[in-house]
Amino acid sequence: MSDPVASPFASERALKRLRRRRAADRRFKWYGRLAIGFALAALALLLASIATQAVSSASYHVVAFDLNLDKKTFGTTRPDDPPPVDKVYGLVRSDLLERFPEADTDPALRHELMGLVTRLAVLPVAREIVRKPRDIGTVRRAALPLSDDLDLFLKGATARHLTVPVGRVEVDEDELPAVTLTGAGAFEHVIAVASLEAMPELGSPGAGSILMTAGASSLELTRLTTSEATGNLLTGSIDDFRAHPVRARLIPAPESERTISDRQIAWLLALKADGRVARVPHWSLLTHTDSTQPELAGALAAIVGSLLTLLITAALAIPVGILASIYLEEFAPQNRVTGLIEVNINNLAAVPSIVFGLLGAAVFLGAFGLPRSAPVVGGLVLALLILPVVIIASRTALKAVPQSIRDAALAIGASRMQTVFHHVLPLAAPGMLTGAILGMARALGETAPLLLIGMVAFVAEVPRGPTDEATALPVLIYSWATQAERAWEPMTGAVILILLAFLIAMNGVVVFLRRKFERRW
Amino acid sequence: MDGTLGEKTAPDKGVLPDAPEVAARMSCRNINVYYGEKQAIYDVSLQIADRSVTALIGPSGCGKSTFLRCLNRMNDTIEGCRVEGEILMEGENINSPSIDPVLLRSRVGMVFQKPNPFPKSIYENIAYGPRIHGLAQGREDLDEIVEKSLRRAGLWEEVKDRLNVAGTSLSGGQQQRLCIARAIAVRPEVILMDEPCSALDPIATARIEELIDDLRKRYCIVIVTHSMQQAARVSQRTAFFHLGSLVEMGETDQIFTSPRDRRTEDYITGRFG
Repeated sequence: MSDPVASPFASERALKRLRRRRAADRRFKWYGRLAIGFALAALALLLASIATQAVSSASYHVVAFDLNLDKKTFGTTRPDDPPPVDKVYGLVRSDLLERFPEADTDPALRHELMGLVTRLAVLPVAREIVRKPRDIGTVRRAALPLSDDLDLFLKGATARHLTVPVGRVEVDEDELPAVTLTGAGAFEHVIAVASLEAMPELGSPGAGSILMTAGASSLELTRLTTSEATGNLLTGSIDDFRAHPVRARLIPAPESERTISDRQIAWLLALKADGRVARVPHWSLLTHTDSTQPELAGALAAIVGSLLTLLITAALAIPVGILASIYLEEFAPQNRVTGLIEVNINNLAAVPSIVFGLLGAAVFLGAFGLPRSAPVVGGLVLALLILPVVIIASRTALKAVPQSIRDAALAIGASRMQTVFHHVLPLAAPGMLTGAILGMARALGETAPLLLIGMVAFVAEVPRGPTDEATALPVLIYSWATQAERAWEPMTGAVILILLAFLIAMNGVVVFLRRKFERRW
Repeated sequence: MDGTLGEKTAPDKGVLPDAPEVAARMSCRNINVYYGEKQAIYDVSLQIADRSVTALIGPSGCGKSTFLRCLNRMNDTIEGCRVEGEILMEGENINSPSIDPVLLRSRVGMVFQKPNPFPKSIYENIAYGPRIHGLAQGREDLDEIVEKSLRRAGLWEEVKDRLNVAGTSLSGGQQQRLCIARAIAVRPEVILMDEPCSALDPIATARIEELIDDLRKRYCIVIVTHSMQQAARVSQRTAFFHLGSLVEMGETDQIFTSPRDRRTEDYITGRFG
């Protein structure tokens, strides 16, 4: 053959190999993209699910009351008296009974009515009366949080209900409380919606409820045909049905399976028609302490507890960790002992956090007799927990400082100490701080060790010092998440968001420090 | 080995034949250096003349850098490194426990292979040494030291308007001159240079070589170099190391024109290394 030698770049085998290599490159790139996409999707899903849960607790419903703080009842209040909760609640009670006289005679109904606003809801008002006695003798307008179940009802989260406009109808006053509404074909829509919702016929077992409301009055239906609806008046007067257009409220869940009764719904709708119910931002989530009632509970005690705990942790773990890492990295001789120490520090970092909790319970509570549930103990335990993390991160930061900088300083006659503190530390500081703050972030999120030293206690008072009883944010999340009532669910989501906000803030500080102090050499 | 020992006595006898007015600044006797179990330097004895440039040459791994680092006890900072023997400086053994290595290093400065300015301003790079040694009384005094050091290092004209700029922002050659200025600022008697031009381009190298030639008038300089041309250009005396032993030492002209040892000749003529 007289052909010139085939180019090595054009041979069939070389081209095939090249194609395979390119395909492998491309495949690998896509594996990476898939992995990142998966991680991002998981994160987005997590945040979205928490946020959607929490968003409904960002606001809540309050009922307005005009509380007449007359001198006769409150005149004797002294500044150091306990808050007169019962006296204030008495005002709320009589206000409600005056508005809904039908509950006055029946103790069971009275109890139901009082379920709209719980007794403890007046605590902030009662406290304020003690603090500012000059309010006594005036009428004070107070917005008290609605009981959690009714709040959820208005938010549509529990006892889901549908509203169907009916319009004006004829009213037949039978024998009160029975009332009949008539109108040719007026209730066709209501029946259609009820059958769409697969509601069993009224009166049969498992049937939901249908309320007819007009103005501030409500009927609970017992019988419904396309042109006639008969029911009992729950609250209000039949005049409302003559004066206002009528609306039907269908509640598919039967009353026995709900936490709120038809009558409570009727009262709530009446208060709403009075214009006394408002949806307001739920600041008490940040300003209140824990409570047995979800509508009154807040995370303040846990936030303060977490901050106190972190303060102790930081004061202990950061200086000790940083000094230990400087000694190990810059001064300690490299021998078997320091090797052993290094291995053990790495092992310590891998110890499950609950083990540290056991240690804290045994040593700090048992042997040293420190107070239970106190931030000081939590801080000590968490400091032990993050100490290895801080040491490892700081050592890595010190290792990253090039030897040439140390040589440069030593060669002009700086001592070991001067070399480290004048030249190595400034360069390692951003990395060390990053490690410290990430360690703190880990401490902020730790739950297990705090459970074991009793920081899971129900804390109704804001801790004033490191030896007071306290709880922490993750523990609060844990205890709220284990509550049975539905209302705790969005509240838990909200506290998770608060915790995440703290964590993001800490990570933001890390990024800022890195940007600001990072020096290149 | 015999040959090495035989050769070693020759330079010892003829210390500074052409510079009788200056004494040996440092004299080393029977230096052995070990890294853990491994011996890196075998029984090296040599004298370093004042106000001249002594070049240490030899193939890679021959121990010339290790030997250089003995002269200001920089080997102390290396884990497991042990130095035996006597290095006399003004009659005192610098390896004796009574000598503070920190003080020694302010008298024996060092410039490294890769320019390593502190990640601080040019001014701070120079001022740091005088400050920790208390060489300056007040700000003006310090300003003067900085200017003088930069002038001696031939860098003043280039940086006088930007003393607050980071030292790391200078070019490689400027950085190396900055390091030399930094070493000068603490008023050393000896300056050790460990391949100071190996990371630089030929023009920057030429400037450093000029500078070394200039500095020779005031300081005793020991330079480790891979480039035989450089050794021939800048040094008055040359020591040839091979496999951790000093093979031959003498005046640079003599080493390069009529080496006494076969290995020196082979190395210089490029037969190995």
